[in-house]
Amino acid sequence: MSEHIMSSKMYYTIWITLLCLTVVTAAVSFVDLGPFNTVVALVIATVKALLVVLFFMHVKYTSEKLTKIVIVAAIFWLFLLLALSMADYGTRHLS
Amino acid sequence: MSDSPIAIEQHGPEHLHHFADAEQQRDAASLGMWLFLATEIMFFGGMFLAYLVYRSWYYNEFAAGSRSLDIYLGTINTAVLICSSLTVALGVRAAQMGNRKLLVILLLLTIVFGFAFLGIKGVEWYQKYEEHHIPGRTFNADDLVRDYPQIHIDQRPEQIYFSLYFAMTGLHALHMIIGVGIFVLLTFHAWKGRYTPKYYTPIEIGGLYWHFVDIVWIYLFPLLYLIDRKPLR
Repeated sequence: MSEHIMSSKMYYTIWITLLCLTVVTAAVSFVDLGPFNTVVALVIATVKALLVVLFFMHVKYTSEKLTKIVIVAAIFWLFLLLALSMADYGTRHLS
Repeated sequence: MSDSPIAIEQHGPEHLHHFADAEQQRDAASLGMWLFLATEIMFFGGMFLAYLVYRSWYYNEFAAGSRSLDIYLGTINTAVLICSSLTVALGVRAAQMGNRKLLVILLLLTIVFGFAFLGIKGVEWYQKYEEHHIPGRTFNADDLVRDYPQIHIDQRPEQIYFSLYFAMTGLHALHMIIGVGIFVLLTFHAWKGRYTPKYYTPIEIGGLYWHFVDIVWIYLFPLLYLIDRKPLR
């Protein structure tokens, strides 16, 4: 973990952005976008999660590559779990 | 040989003797927490998978259940958690700068936000109890579609939605309770002056845990509350 000290202004900017995105995702859910309601909600959630990981959890400023590998691997495991399982459940009606 | 004393270096908590240097110790602690968080992703991942499968099978029931949740309380609770993440991030910064008083205040604020979240969650759960939406013998979801005769839902898959709702928010709340406990401990040690700009690792990795729990909620909120809020035709 690097000892990089971020300015408090940066933290407040991230905080305001996260609050705005929360209001946006709640408001957008009332608009009929068809199947894209779910897509938009998940994209906004992922942007919020990225902001928290990169800035609040300091991953953007860490010099430790091992930490980044662990994070990418963890997300990849989750992807395997969800994708391979849905490849099964999602195609059962085809047989 | 016998008269030369073995040199034992005296280190502070920032550099225990089994680490090469303070930086290695910090990196090891942080990496350990990230590995733990990787296991946590898989822990919650199983529930997210169950959610995904059942949602694809019983979309109407999931949408009806989602509409019955209080979106205002859900949004407020999301904001409360984001505020708590800010106080944690600023707390780490205060520790880095050696500002003990500010650190204690920010840690206490985090605990207050944590309790606020749990309190609001408790109110929501109690509403569900009163509405007979807790899975079990007294479960009754007729009120979900009373005004929408065009929508048909089955009681049993509706219970699956609420089972997942209570399991996922319950597991998340358990993590919050543990997080508040950790932060009470951190506050006590911070108040005692244990953390310095050279040694604030517990604040840093406790913060990583808190932010992770926040991220879980960032996904739970749209998945549970925002499935289908658009006007019904």
